Amino acid sequence: MYSPEAENIIVVKDLVKKFGSFVANDRLSFEVKKGEIFGFLGANGAGKTTAIKILCGLSYPNSGELTVGGFDIYKEREKIKKNIGYMSQRFSLYDDLTVFENIRFYAGIYGLRRRVIEERASALMEKLAMKESRNMLIRDIPLGWKQKLAFSVAIIHHPKIVFLDEPTGGVDPITRRQFWDMIFEASRNGITVFVTTHYMDEAEYCDRVSIMVDGKISALNTPENLKKQYDAESMNDVFLKLARTKVN
Amino acid sequence: MRTILFIIQKEFLQIFRNKGMLPIIFVLPLIQLLILVNAATFEMKSIRVSVVDLDLSTSSRKLISKYEGSPFYKIVQTTFSYNEAMDLMQQSKVDVIIRIPDGFERQLVKENQGKVQFTMNAINQAVAGLSSGYCTSILIDFNRELLQDWLNPSQMAGLKYIQTDYSYWYNPKLNYKTYMVPGILVLLVTIIGLLLSGMNIVREKEIGTIEQINVTPIRKIQFIVGKLTPFWIIALFELAFGLFLGKLLFDIPLVGNLWLIFLSGGVYLFVILATGLLVSTITNTQQQAMLVSFFFMVVFILMSGLFTSIESMPNWAQQIDRLNPLMYFIRIMRMVLLKGSTFADISPHFYSLVVFAIVMVSLAIWRYRKIA
Repeated sequence: MYSPEAENIIVVKDLVKKFGSFVANDRLSFEVKKGEIFGFLGANGAGKTTAIKILCGLSYPNSGELTVGGFDIYKEREKIKKNIGYMSQRFSLYDDLTVFENIRFYAGIYGLRRRVIEERASALMEKLAMKESRNMLIRDIPLGWKQKLAFSVAIIHHPKIVFLDEPTGGVDPITRRQFWDMIFEASRNGITVFVTTHYMDEAEYCDRVSIMVDGKISALNTPENLKKQYDAESMNDVFLKLARTKVN
Repeated sequence: MRTILFIIQKEFLQIFRNKGMLPIIFVLPLIQLLILVNAATFEMKSIRVSVVDLDLSTSSRKLISKYEGSPFYKIVQTTFSYNEAMDLMQQSKVDVIIRIPDGFERQLVKENQGKVQFTMNAINQAVAGLSSGYCTSILIDFNRELLQDWLNPSQMAGLKYIQTDYSYWYNPKLNYKTYMVPGILVLLVTIIGLLLSGMNIVREKEIGTIEQINVTPIRKIQFIVGKLTPFWIIALFELAFGLFLGKLLFDIPLVGNLWLIFLSGGVYLFVILATGLLVSTITNTQQQAMLVSFFFMVVFILMSGLFTSIESMPNWAQQIDRLNPLMYFIRIMRMVLLKGSTFADISPHFYSLVVFAIVMVSLAIWRYRKIA
């Protein structure tokens, strides 16, 4: 839920990240409010993944001031890591471990106790209707399940913020809808969601979206305001108008 | 600590779920011991000899019969033409040519000296050296018998000569296998340890799970220790299994204290596993990791003193070899297993390994970056 009065949970000021002479993030500045679903949109190669990796502490920026969850990205990375969850484009589950073993491992390295892990795993299986698959290897379960499971594992330690990097790539519309239901639920439970996508229909689900074109943020507002501003029917039109301006 | 246990648990699950692993763990040592120990031998069994006897006398026949009677020699050619014998040597069908010149016996009787020519194929200098040694010792034997035949006992008694008797310590039967097995076992745990650990983090990089681990608040030391421990246990088990096979198949002596072996082995494995992890932190794919590991392994193995004697290496090479952990552990293994050396005897080597272990584990932890 977005409210302008809520405190900033992510603050990015003049973030620059270069790879050689290529500028992936060109002076990005934005704030994410506590409790909102923040959509980070852009075409392939616009610099979304680069920015998300920097926010998660997986990569260093060249310059800029950044805080995540109130912690400084340069000095307090490990504190940040305690408070965030991350789901990457690639599935970060182990193919050769079972559903339960994956949950136990990731929960374990977040420092949860075995009893807590057991409780949360059972509750999770119940919720995902995957009780029978508890002892199935990840490689044997369908893609949609893997994605839901990967998301659940990313928030198993109840983080303040979860970063989702194109979480719905390659799955059917029904599974995508179910996946977004899970995101809404996490949001209701007070987790701030930072999600990248290039599906513009998903942008409609976000409280606010930013649209990146060529390493810069071209627009940042609620979907309604953006549609008004660009006189567009849908977020898809907004995106096309923005991208086209850029080409011209 | 709990975090480390979760990693260890996960690694063991993955190792034993991999169907290729069990054969590697149990069959590899068996094959290595059976093939390498039997193949890597400098023992001379059948030196192929060509005899060019131009004298055809009693003495020359007697000399030849001594070579015939020796288990080390096999006479493959008897000819009157030295050139014919050389032809066979050119074709590598003969190792030694023994030429006894015309008038050998006559000279022996008249001038108290005879001449025999040996021609060695010295393409492999080690073999040539050994066979020339054997040839000479047979000749000395022949010489003594001649003296005994020609001189009467009182003259014999007055004749002073030094008789050499040998007693071989630590390996009384001069069994080459006894010498090889401890070294081959070091090879075994090195290969298992370096490859398993070298592939490990790189594999997580390839499948992308490393990112997921890197966004957790896990500490570097927890990660590295959790990763090292399972392979450490497996490799130590391999060492025990290899020693058992060595005893069973080759009856190698286990003179020293086995705990000393496992203590040194444990430290040595820290060096090897940390090297493997270091390799996998600086590479991005399993192929790269494999190539880098192999490069180090080949250099370390060839300079380890397993096949060649370190003492006969040039001084600069010996200095470089001080950085070779294999060399220390092979020495410790041979010293303890064959000689029964105690901790005091092996302590210089042992402490060198400890230093290596500290350096390599620190390097691996330092080099591992929690960024992707």
